[in-house]
Amino acid sequence: MSAALIVDLGLALSILGLGVWTVAARSHNGAVVGYIAYGLLVALVWVRLAAVDVALTEAAIGSGLTGLLLLGVATRLPRSARQPSPTAGRWTRLLAGVLSATVAGGLAAVVLLLPDPAPTLAPSVAANLPATGLGNPVTGVLIAFRAIDTLLESVVLVFAIIGVWSLAPKDGWGERPGWLRPAPLGSALTLLAQLLPPIGILVGIHLFWTGANAPGGAFQGGAVLAAMWVLAMIAGLTRPPAVSRRRLRLVLVIGPALFLAVGVAGIWLAGDFLAYPVAYAKPLILVIEAALTLSIAAALGLLLAGPPEAPSAAERQP
Amino acid sequence: MTAVTLFGLCGAALVGLGLYGLIVLPGALRRIIAFNLLGSGVFLLFGVIARRGGGAIAGTGSDPVPQALIITGLVVAFAATALAVALLRRLLQETGRDDWDEAGEADR
Repeated sequence: MSAALIVDLGLALSILGLGVWTVAARSHNGAVVGYIAYGLLVALVWVRLAAVDVALTEAAIGSGLTGLLLLGVATRLPRSARQPSPTAGRWTRLLAGVLSATVAGGLAAVVLLLPDPAPTLAPSVAANLPATGLGNPVTGVLIAFRAIDTLLESVVLVFAIIGVWSLAPKDGWGERPGWLRPAPLGSALTLLAQLLPPIGILVGIHLFWTGANAPGGAFQGGAVLAAMWVLAMIAGLTRPPAVSRRRLRLVLVIGPALFLAVGVAGIWLAGDFLAYPVAYAKPLILVIEAALTLSIAAALGLLLAGPPEAPSAAERQP
Repeated sequence: MTAVTLFGLCGAALVGLGLYGLIVLPGALRRIIAFNLLGSGVFLLFGVIARRGGGAIAGTGSDPVPQALIITGLVVAFAATALAVALLRRLLQETGRDDWDEAGEADR
């Protein structure tokens, strides 16, 4: 057994252990913290699986932003709900256990019986990548070969914002989002929120820019930028913008709108929807990615900031 | 057994674990976490298939097409989680409870 395999075995066991913990933990806070640690370890697994782009996304969005979202609600649950007693009966649990074990067993059998040699699209991606002018095959798939997925995904983020905003209380519409309640100024958090964002914003822009040729891209860069914005909001250095502001809504939709416009223009200029004219492929992709990064950062930050609330309602919340 | 198979089995176990939690856990927050666990297991299975398809050409250790799908999936999972948390917080605001069972059922 090689050293690398021992490390991988340790990683796999830690992940499974943390997974069991998030299901079995008695306190909600414990389960959420377990899930954050789980996400960070899964990011390491992605590196071991040679998927560094996915690792960056997992660490930033799967662990970081999701963790913040879950922690925000876990600390607000009523005391009676903090110590859950299992409401599912013994038979329900037994049946659920049998069902889950069957599904897991079936998937494990599929993993063990995967065809060899494995089917792959990597050679066709490598053959067509030069036409896009990009060096990172994952970015090439995201923005060119499977552009429709990415376009729809950026629209999903806008829909999620609409869904969250529509949960505003009766008197909250048009106000500022109310989830992120600033800590008192002068705490260590204030210092962190002053020191980290200049570096974080650079890292976010670097991730977007380097994504053309190395691991990174619009989603990873956007997530880091969103994290910096949320940090400043939590520390009270900046307030979430009122949802009725036109400029905010413009920033939210500029990425998907530009992507769609270039895609439609492709019907005439390159012969197909979402096709790029080869001579202008690289500049067009960079412009789309820049707009997407901005929109994704705004959407992720606003999803964490929650629906708009009237100022008084924010004070009344437990 | 190779590392790739190991992580594949790990992904399969996580799907089962998430499914179990989704069914039996009380309270919406714990079910949201279990749902994310289930999704994470599915992504790991995708990643394993991507890794097996990699190495066909120099410079890629992993098939980029499933990788791109996983990135898309992670972002969509986050958006869905945010919406679910927003619904839960609204439920808390309205009723002070974190579940939608009848009051009598919750006291079982």
